[in-house]
Amino acid sequence: MGKFRLGELLALACAMAALCLFPSAVSPANGAREDLMVMENAAGKTGGRLVVALRSEPKTLNPVLAIDDPSRDVIRCLSGDLIHINRETLKTGPALAKSWNVSTDGRMYTLHLRQGLRFSDGEAFSADDVVFTFQVYLDENTHSPQRDLLVVGGKPIEVKKLDSSTVQFSLVQPYAAAERIFDGIAILPRHLLEKSYRAGEFSHTWSLSTPPNQFAGLGPFRLKEYIAGQRIVLEKNPYYWKQDSAGVRLPYFNELVFLFVPSEDAQVIRFEGGDTDILSRFSADNFGVLEKQQAAKNYHVEDLGAGLEYSFLFFNMNDLGSKALTGIAKKQLWFRDVRFRQAVSAAIDRTGIVRLVYNGRATPLWGQVTPGNKLWVDAALPHPTRSLERARQLLQSAGFSWTPEGTLVDSRGSEVEFSILTSASNAQRTKMATIIQDDLSRLGMKVQIVSLEFRAMVDRFLNTYDYEAAIMGLVSGDADPTAEMNVWVSSGETHLWDLEGKPSAPWESEMDRLMEQQLTTLDYSRRKQLYDRVQEIVADNLPVICLASPNVLVAARNRIGNFHPAILDPYALWNVEELYAH
Amino acid sequence: MRNRRKLVACAFLLAGFHIAVLFAGFFAPYGYAAQDRELPFTPPTRVHFMDSQGHFHIRPFIYGWQSDASVSGSLQVDFTRYYPVRFFVQGTPHKVAGLFVSREHLFGVDEPGRIFILGTDAFGRDQFSRFLYGGQVSLLAGLLAAGLSVMFGVLIGAIAGFYGGWIDEGLMRSGELFLALPWLYLLFAVRAAMPLHVSQSQIFLLLVSVMGLIGWARPARLVRGVVLSAKERYFVLAARGFGASDAYLLRRHVLPQASGVALTQITLLIPQYVLAEVTLTFLGLGVSEPMPSWGSLLSSLQQYYVLSTYWWMFLPAVILIPLFLTYYLAADALQEHWKPVSL
Repeated sequence: MGKFRLGELLALACAMAALCLFPSAVSPANGAREDLMVMENAAGKTGGRLVVALRSEPKTLNPVLAIDDPSRDVIRCLSGDLIHINRETLKTGPALAKSWNVSTDGRMYTLHLRQGLRFSDGEAFSADDVVFTFQVYLDENTHSPQRDLLVVGGKPIEVKKLDSSTVQFSLVQPYAAAERIFDGIAILPRHLLEKSYRAGEFSHTWSLSTPPNQFAGLGPFRLKEYIAGQRIVLEKNPYYWKQDSAGVRLPYFNELVFLFVPSEDAQVIRFEGGDTDILSRFSADNFGVLEKQQAAKNYHVEDLGAGLEYSFLFFNMNDLGSKALTGIAKKQLWFRDVRFRQAVSAAIDRTGIVRLVYNGRATPLWGQVTPGNKLWVDAALPHPTRSLERARQLLQSAGFSWTPEGTLVDSRGSEVEFSILTSASNAQRTKMATIIQDDLSRLGMKVQIVSLEFRAMVDRFLNTYDYEAAIMGLVSGDADPTAEMNVWVSSGETHLWDLEGKPSAPWESEMDRLMEQQLTTLDYSRRKQLYDRVQEIVADNLPVICLASPNVLVAARNRIGNFHPAILDPYALWNVEELYAH
Repeated sequence: MRNRRKLVACAFLLAGFHIAVLFAGFFAPYGYAAQDRELPFTPPTRVHFMDSQGHFHIRPFIYGWQSDASVSGSLQVDFTRYYPVRFFVQGTPHKVAGLFVSREHLFGVDEPGRIFILGTDAFGRDQFSRFLYGGQVSLLAGLLAAGLSVMFGVLIGAIAGFYGGWIDEGLMRSGELFLALPWLYLLFAVRAAMPLHVSQSQIFLLLVSVMGLIGWARPARLVRGVVLSAKERYFVLAARGFGASDAYLLRRHVLPQASGVALTQITLLIPQYVLAEVTLTFLGLGVSEPMPSWGSLLSSLQQYYVLSTYWWMFLPAVILIPLFLTYYLAADALQEHWKPVSL
């Protein structure tokens, strides 16, 4: 720093005064030109408000702690990330980081930040905020659900500030999806949060009761008001760092309102009635209802095809050694036999599921990667047609037989009878269970369906292991296989069928190896080969029996412009800054 | 005399209904779990006498359906396929009143035709067959729970009324406690305390019994009132004077006077408990798939798309209205009938 002359000081003071008077003036705080990102979409019209519904109230507005969908939906509109996954192309692109270089060994990422940006409260954004953000996310005491993503090869990534607009990230090993982990890591304003973080009160900050003027972010909107039980209102962030091709600063909408509408049916009715502008996450049945009215009521529905959600049936193959669950332990002799699982899979009428459960708006699945994930799906995976004959042969070869009444019995003469757990709140999965129950009754199996409240069900999966089989669905947060690590690696937390933490069969060890390998391989085609093999292993050994992948369905009023829904969450609002009203 | 006719008419109607439900396997053309995955949400089949050319047929007939399997809701009547309705046909085996197996059905059409008088549900299952089978669960629940609560009600009411004093006080105050009990939460608690691996019908019977057991307070109050006045009658006092024991007095002289009240209570309570079953199933506490009950038939109406698109899913509810009305009419007629005796 050189010495200031008096004239310069005065000029600076004047500039500061101007800043306070005209907060939206272009001149930035640290003197550099504001480095705005120019969007290529059709130019829209400024003004108006957008209303969407949330299934429940957000639990928090703290981006580091949010787990539930409603919280994340709101936070996404309030915050910005360094590198963003474009929901349309599923590839990464610049956001707050204007560009980045990767070292030749793939372990060092140097990110060049946009200069002259400001948080929604007018304070300048710099590399210090980035360093602070990663410090908070990586702090074990913060308990951020995203921390795991930032730990590569067992070590947290290291963050270093090179200068006020350059940050360096180093990893202990090359990491294939390194760019993608920056997506969704909301950059925090150090000037607002550092105090509470240092005081150890971070878990209480930015709750719903925090006054709006204590929030600031780099998202297109900022908090205006929260009315408990009714709505959250966001207003345009005047400092947002994107502009359209005509040079108009985004977002177009002045206000974004989230209404709390507790059930899907109620959301559909309110959308039909014109109370909300955009609707996503609704069933194929309601799609059918909405479709009929679309011309008369000035909205349109869109079927985007297969998304990333996959539903599957799985059996309890946990080690029950220490638990008093002898009834289930006996049945595990069947569940652990791959021929039994193959027979079940062969007997399931997947096309029937697609037609009856999803009205045809879904894709039958034989592997965990849905056809919506075009970059990673293994197109060579066989799609065997339903065959009760093959199922019977498999059961016979595994030592099962049938009584004269047609009941299936195992080699010790016990009747094959088990229950399938589903979540009571998910009508689709209960329907699937009813179809599978009927399919398996044709093999002489007696299946009961038990619907439980979601949390009670998850408690059985993760803690008590008191279940026999269950139907679940998972939605990948990202198209990249790294997002699925915790499902397919035997030590993963979502390795639902067996949570023991170590491989129990050679194919499981192979899967562990393949998943670890693809994580550190940088070449896409080589990674694809590795992940194809994982898909084959799953299809052959059926730790989970994949059933169907529902299509992503969205609806929007015709007056909404730039509406480009995508198959990746958040389906409809990912480009909320570019949406406008005709 | 008019009342007697009303009573007989009600009795006939109720008997007819219960026979249809008891022999559901015979009256229903299909099994309750039989799915036809090509025909989900099919509207009720129209039975014709006139064909599309305008010819009259003595034997009623139906037309087949054609659907594009890939698109739901694309069902159309196929006028080229024609199936006469036949009576006393052989079909899927079923158990007659839970005793012996029969293949006889009252009516049906030749394969691959399908007759759905009340349409089909989301799995292409015949709503009419499911309605009849569902009645077995729901009416059993109603009868069992009503029987239990009236039985306990009469017993406790009679003891309270006959002995009076602190016994009366104790029993009636505890009855009020039961009346104040939020039974729905009690049932949730009972269900939560039970393991997963109890068969669904056992759970259901248990829940119904719990409901019946906690429902004794209201009939007990009524019976107590009747007994209070009955035990002061001259012929009762006379019998006591001749040295009759309490048990004898209750059995021979007092309880018979309460029988009218008890019977009326049963007829009033049956529909109430059937409705309670509907509530239970609606909340996911009832029998589970594929076993139907009236509650599960109605619970699909919770969903907006069913409510707004498939009108025939309301039909079970529409049929239940006259059934419950008949029960209430019967209760009314019974009360009229017993009045002169209890005065």
